[in-house]
Amino acid sequence: MTQVLDAPGRRVAGRRPLRAGPVSGVLRPRPLLVLLGGLVVLLACVLLDIGLGEYQLSPGQVLVTLFGGGDYADHYVVFGLRMPRALTAVLVGAALGLSGAITQAVARNPLASPDMLGITSGAGAAAVAVIVFGGTAGALGGFAEAVGLPMIALAGGLVAGLAIYGLAYRGGVDSYRIVLVGVGVTALAGNAIYWLLTVGDVNDAGRAMVWLTGSLNARGWDHVVPTAIALAVLLPLTLLGAHALGALQFDDDTVRGLGLRRDLARGLLLLAAVVLASIATAAAGPVQFVALAAPQIALRLSRSARPPLVSSLVFGGALVVAADLLSRTAFGAAEMPVGIVTAILGAPYLIYLLIRRYREDRA
Amino acid sequence: MSRSGTVGSPPGTERDAPEAPAARLGARRRRRLLGLGVLLGVLVVSCALSIAVGAKSIPLGDVWTELVAPAGSENALIIWELRLPRTVVGVLVGAALGLAGALMQGHTRNPIADPGILGITQGAALAVVLAVYAFGISSLFGYIWFGFGGALLGALAVFAIGSMGRAGATPVTLALAGMAISALLQALTSALVLSDQQSLDTYRFWKVGSIAVTDPAVIWQVLPFLVVGLVLGLANSTGLNALSLGDDVARGLGHRVEVTRRLGVLAIAVLVGASAAVCGPISFVGLVVPHIARFFTGADHRWLLPFAALMGSSLVLLADIAGRLVARPAEVQVGVMLAMVGAPFFIALVRRRKLVRL
Repeated sequence: MTQVLDAPGRRVAGRRPLRAGPVSGVLRPRPLLVLLGGLVVLLACVLLDIGLGEYQLSPGQVLVTLFGGGDYADHYVVFGLRMPRALTAVLVGAALGLSGAITQAVARNPLASPDMLGITSGAGAAAVAVIVFGGTAGALGGFAEAVGLPMIALAGGLVAGLAIYGLAYRGGVDSYRIVLVGVGVTALAGNAIYWLLTVGDVNDAGRAMVWLTGSLNARGWDHVVPTAIALAVLLPLTLLGAHALGALQFDDDTVRGLGLRRDLARGLLLLAAVVLASIATAAAGPVQFVALAAPQIALRLSRSARPPLVSSLVFGGALVVAADLLSRTAFGAAEMPVGIVTAILGAPYLIYLLIRRYREDRA
Repeated sequence: MSRSGTVGSPPGTERDAPEAPAARLGARRRRRLLGLGVLLGVLVVSCALSIAVGAKSIPLGDVWTELVAPAGSENALIIWELRLPRTVVGVLVGAALGLAGALMQGHTRNPIADPGILGITQGAALAVVLAVYAFGISSLFGYIWFGFGGALLGALAVFAIGSMGRAGATPVTLALAGMAISALLQALTSALVLSDQQSLDTYRFWKVGSIAVTDPAVIWQVLPFLVVGLVLGLANSTGLNALSLGDDVARGLGHRVEVTRRLGVLAIAVLVGASAAVCGPISFVGLVVPHIARFFTGADHRWLLPFAALMGSSLVLLADIAGRLVARPAEVQVGVMLAMVGAPFFIALVRRRKLVRL
C-alpha cells in the first residue's frame, strides 16, 4: 500500500514527512537512487549511441563536440546524423515508458500497456493500410505515405483511444471496463493489420512488417521535435496528476470519499497516455514491449506500490537507446529494427528481475 | 490494492456467496442448466450450418442425402472431404481455445490473460517459422509438430520462470513472465521473418488462423492431444475455485496449490499447442469467451469451464461460416472474422452487463 500521512506531521513508518506549502510527501531514498541510476545509464547509452558507427567518436569527443568543439566532420556526424536519431530513440522510449506507467496505474493491471489497450494497434492499422494500399492506390496513396504516415498513425491511435473511452463510458468509466473494451479494440485493430498483410503483395507486406516492428532508420530532427513537444507538455501535466493516480489505486467508493473527480482524472490521464503512445508510434512505428516493461522494471527496482512515472520514462528511454546502439553495432550491415532488439534486451532483464523477486507478489 | 498492482476484486462484485439463500441457488442452477441447453442447441445448429453452407450452394435436402448415403458425386466430396473435417476441427479447436482461455484467466487472475500471454502461441509461431527457415518445410504436415513442440517449450519456460522465488508461481509473476517470454519469442520470430521472404510468405498466412484443413488426417493426429487437454482442463475446476480464494486460503483448505497450477499450465499448453499447430494462432476466442461465459455462470469454475468450451466451439464455427459467406467465392479466414464479428459483440456485452470480476 502507498503510505499515507494519516495526520499532519505524524511520522509514518519511521519516515520523515516533507512539507512545502500545500504539498507534502514522504521521502524514500530507494526510488530516488533508482531514478538517478537510470539517468546515468541513459546518458551513457546516448553518448555511446552518438559515438559508435562507421565514423568512430569516443564519448569524450562526443562531449567536446556537443559543447561546440571538434572539427567539421565531427560536427556533421554528431548534429546532422546521430544526435537526432539518438534523441528520437530517447523520446520514443520515454513517451512509451510514461504512457505505460499511466495505463498500468489507471487500469491497476501490470499487463495494461498501450499495446494491450489497442492504442498502438489503432495507430499501426491506420499506417499499414496506407502502406499496403499506397502502392496500388496510385498518386494519392504514394503522397499519403511520404507525407502523412506519422500523422495517420497519430490519428489512428487517437481514434482508438477515444473509441475505448467512449465505449467504456457508462455513467462513469470503470477501469475494469476500460481494460476489457481495450482488449476488444486491440483484437479489431490487430486483425485488421494481419488481414491487410494478406491482401497486399509480399513486398508491401515486407515493408509493413518492417514498419510494424518499429525502426529508427533515417530519423531526423523532424521526428525529434513533435515528440519532444508532446513530452514537454504532457510530462508536467502527468506529474500534476500523479496525486490523483495514487488515489485511483483504491476502489471507487474510497476514491469518491477522497474527494477526487474519478472519471475526470481517469479520462485526462488516459488521454495523456494515448497521445504519448500515438506520438511515439508515429515517430518510430509501434515499438513493442517498452511500454509494458519499462514501468515494470522501474517498479520492481524501486519497490514502490505503482509504476513510478519519472523512472518509467527514464528506463523507457534507456531501453530504446540501448536497443538502437545494439541494433546498429551488433548486427553489422543488416540492421535489426529497433523494436525487435528492445524485446531481446528488455525481456531477459525483466525476467531476471522476476527471478530474483524482492518481495512476495501477493495478488 | 495489493503492492504488486494486480487486478483486485473490489467489494460489491458478484461472487458465489456460499450463504446465499437456497431459493436463489436454485434459480441460479436453473439458469445455468437452461444456458447449457441453449448452448448445446446453438452448437448443433452451428454444426449443421457449417456442413450445409459454403462457397458452393448445395440444397439442404441434398446435404442430408449425401450425409446418409454418399453417392460419390462432387457434392459428396465437398461435404465429406472439406466441410465435415472443417466442422470437426472448428468444434474441437473452439472448445480447446475457450477452455484454455478460461483456465488462463483463472490461473493468472487477470481479465486480459489469453493464450498469447503465456508464451504458448509465440512459441508455436517461432517453431513454425524455424521449420520453414531452417529446414525448408512448408507443408502443414511438416510443421504441425514443430508448432506443437514450440508451444510446449514456451509454456514450460514461462512456468519455470514464473514459479521461481519463494512464493512460487503467483498470478502476477505468471502473467509478467508470460509477457516477457512472449515478447522475446515474438522478437526472434520477427527477426527470422524479416530476413527471409519464404518464411514471411508462410508466416503471414499461418498467422491469420484458419480452420480449413487441407488434410483430414491431421485431425486424427491432434485429436488425442485435444481430448487429453480437455479432460485435464475440466479436472482443474475445483482446484481453480480454491485458488480464487487466494493461495493461502486454498492451502489452508487442504488444496495442493502447486499441483493445481501445474495441471492447469499443462492443460493450457496442450490445448493451445495443438490448436495453434493445426490452425495457426487463432486469437480472441480464448480472451473473450470466458468473459461471455461468466455472464451466465458467475465465477464458479465448475460451470464456467464447460460453458467456455461449448461457447468457444459455437463461436469459432459461426465465425468460420460468416467468413465463407462474406466474400463468396473467396473466403475470409476465421481468425479475422472472429475479431470483426466477435469484438463488437464483446464490447456491447461489456457495456451492457454488470461485470463479473475475477
